[in-house]
Amino acid sequence: MTVDTLKSWLDERLSISSLGYAAQKKEVPLHRQSIWYYFGGMTLFLFVVQVVTGILLLLYYRPSSENAFESVQFIMTEVKFGWLIRSIHSWSANLMILTLFIHMFSVYFMRAYDRPREVTWVSGVVLLLLCICFGFSGYLLPWNEVSFFATKVGTEIAGVVPVVGKTMLRFLRGGDEVTGATLTRFFGFHVAVLPAMATVFITVHVLLVQLHGMHVPARYQQTHRRMKFFPNFFLRDLIGWLVAIGVLAALAAIFPWELGVKADPFVPAPAGIKPEWYFLFMFQTLKYIPAKILMFDGEVIGIMVFMLAAAVLFVIPFINRSPEQHPRRRLIFNVLGGIALLFMAVMTVIGYFA
Amino acid sequence: MSNITAGNTTGTRPDRTVELTSRRRFLDYLLGTSALATLAAIVYPIIRFMAPPHVVEAIQNSVVAAKLSELPPNSAKIFKFGSKPGLLIRTASGELKAFSAVCTHLECIVQYRPDTKQIWCACHNGQYNLNGENIGGPPPRPLAEYPVNKRGDDVVVNRA
Repeated sequence: MTVDTLKSWLDERLSISSLGYAAQKKEVPLHRQSIWYYFGGMTLFLFVVQVVTGILLLLYYRPSSENAFESVQFIMTEVKFGWLIRSIHSWSANLMILTLFIHMFSVYFMRAYDRPREVTWVSGVVLLLLCICFGFSGYLLPWNEVSFFATKVGTEIAGVVPVVGKTMLRFLRGGDEVTGATLTRFFGFHVAVLPAMATVFITVHVLLVQLHGMHVPARYQQTHRRMKFFPNFFLRDLIGWLVAIGVLAALAAIFPWELGVKADPFVPAPAGIKPEWYFLFMFQTLKYIPAKILMFDGEVIGIMVFMLAAAVLFVIPFINRSPEQHPRRRLIFNVLGGIALLFMAVMTVIGYFA
Repeated sequence: MSNITAGNTTGTRPDRTVELTSRRRFLDYLLGTSALATLAAIVYPIIRFMAPPHVVEAIQNSVVAAKLSELPPNSAKIFKFGSKPGLLIRTASGELKAFSAVCTHLECIVQYRPDTKQIWCACHNGQYNLNGENIGGPPPRPLAEYPVNKRGDDVVVNRA
C-alpha cells in the first residue's frame, strides 16, 4: 500500500483533511501588539511540560508522610536525570504562572474579553485559579519544612473565611491538622482532580479561541495585516517553545530546585519562611493589615477583599461593555488594571526582599 | 521555485538552479539534524529517567531463621533471606530443612503442609517433597536448598 492510498483510507474514515483545511484557514492578525499572542500558547506549552514531567515523577514519588520526602530525595540523587526532571517540573510551574499572568493582563488591557469572548475570559479565569491550586497542592508534595508551614498557613487562611471556613479547612487538611492525611489529599487533587478539570477548561478555552479567531484591538481593526497560522505563526510558536526548553534546562542545571529539610510537625517554623512568589503579594499585604479594623479581625477583612477581587475578575467582561461609546469608562478600567498590576508588583518585590 | 526558473530566463548563470537547490538541500539537512538532535536531547534523559536505578543490597550469607523452641516438629516458618523469602521446615522426625520459598514455576511463595507433609504452592497446585524436588503440578525445577546449622537455640541458614 502506498502512502497515498493509506492517506485516503484514513481520510475517508477520520476526515483528517478537514483539519488541514481548518489549519489553512486560521490566521493571526499582525500589528504592533501581536507579541502578546504568544503568551497563551506558551502557557499551554509549559502546561504540557508539566504533564510530561509530572507523569515521570509519578514513577518514583510516594505520597505518604513517611515516604514522600525520601522518595523525592531518591529522585534527586539516585534516579538518572531525576534532578533534571524534578527541577524542570518546579521551574516550569513557576514560569507557567508567570506567562499566565502576562497573558491575562495583556488580554485585560487590550480588552480581548469583549463580546463575543466573555466566556473565553471566564474559562481563562477558572484556569488561573486551577493553576494556583496546582501550585499550592504541588508545593506540599515533597513534604519538607517550608512546604509544611506554607500549607499550614495557606489552609489556615481558608479557615478564616466566615461561615464555610471551618468546613473548608477540615476538607482541605483531611482533619484538624496538617498531617499525612493532608498529603494524601493534596496528592489526589494534584494528580487527578485538578488535571481532569484543567483538561476540560483548556479544551473549552482553546476551542473558543479557534471559534472566535484572534482578537484585534480596536485601534488596529482597520489596518491590520494577517499571517497564516500554519506554518508561519506555528513555526514562530515553535521557536518560542524551543527557547523555553532551553531556558528550563538552563535553570534546572544552574539552579536545581532545593529539597530542604524533612517536615516535622513539632519543630518551630524556620526564620524568613515565605510562600511561593505568586502568593507573596497577598502574604505581604496581610502583614500590613492591622489586627483589628473597627470590630472585625484585620485578617478576615484582607482575605475577603482578595476573594472579592477574584470574584470581580470573573465578571469584568460583563461590567465593562461597549467600549467605543465610553472612552471614560475605558480609561477607568485601564487605570484600575494598572493600579492592580502595580500593587501586585510592588508587594511582591517588598515581600521578596523583606 | 518560481524565482529559480525566473533566474534562468533573465540570463543568470545556467548552473544557478543547481546551486540554489543544493543550498536549499543543505539548509533542509541542517534543519533536520538540529530537530533530531533537539528531540534526542529531550528523549534521552526521559528514557534514562524511566529505567529504575539499581538499589545495591548487602549480600547476606547467613541468617538466624528461627528459634528452635518456636518450631515444633511437623511445622514450618517463612523467613527473610536478604530480599527473598526462605522456608524453614522442621519435619515430623525433627530434622531441619531450609529451601528457597520461591516457586520455580511462576515465583509464588510456597508453604509447608503438615497434612500431606509436602511443600505446596497454592497458586497452581505445585508440589515438592521434603528434599525440595518437584513431584507434582507445573513446577519445572526443584527448590534451591540451603544448609542449616544449630547454634544453641538459634537455627542458622546459610547461602549454599
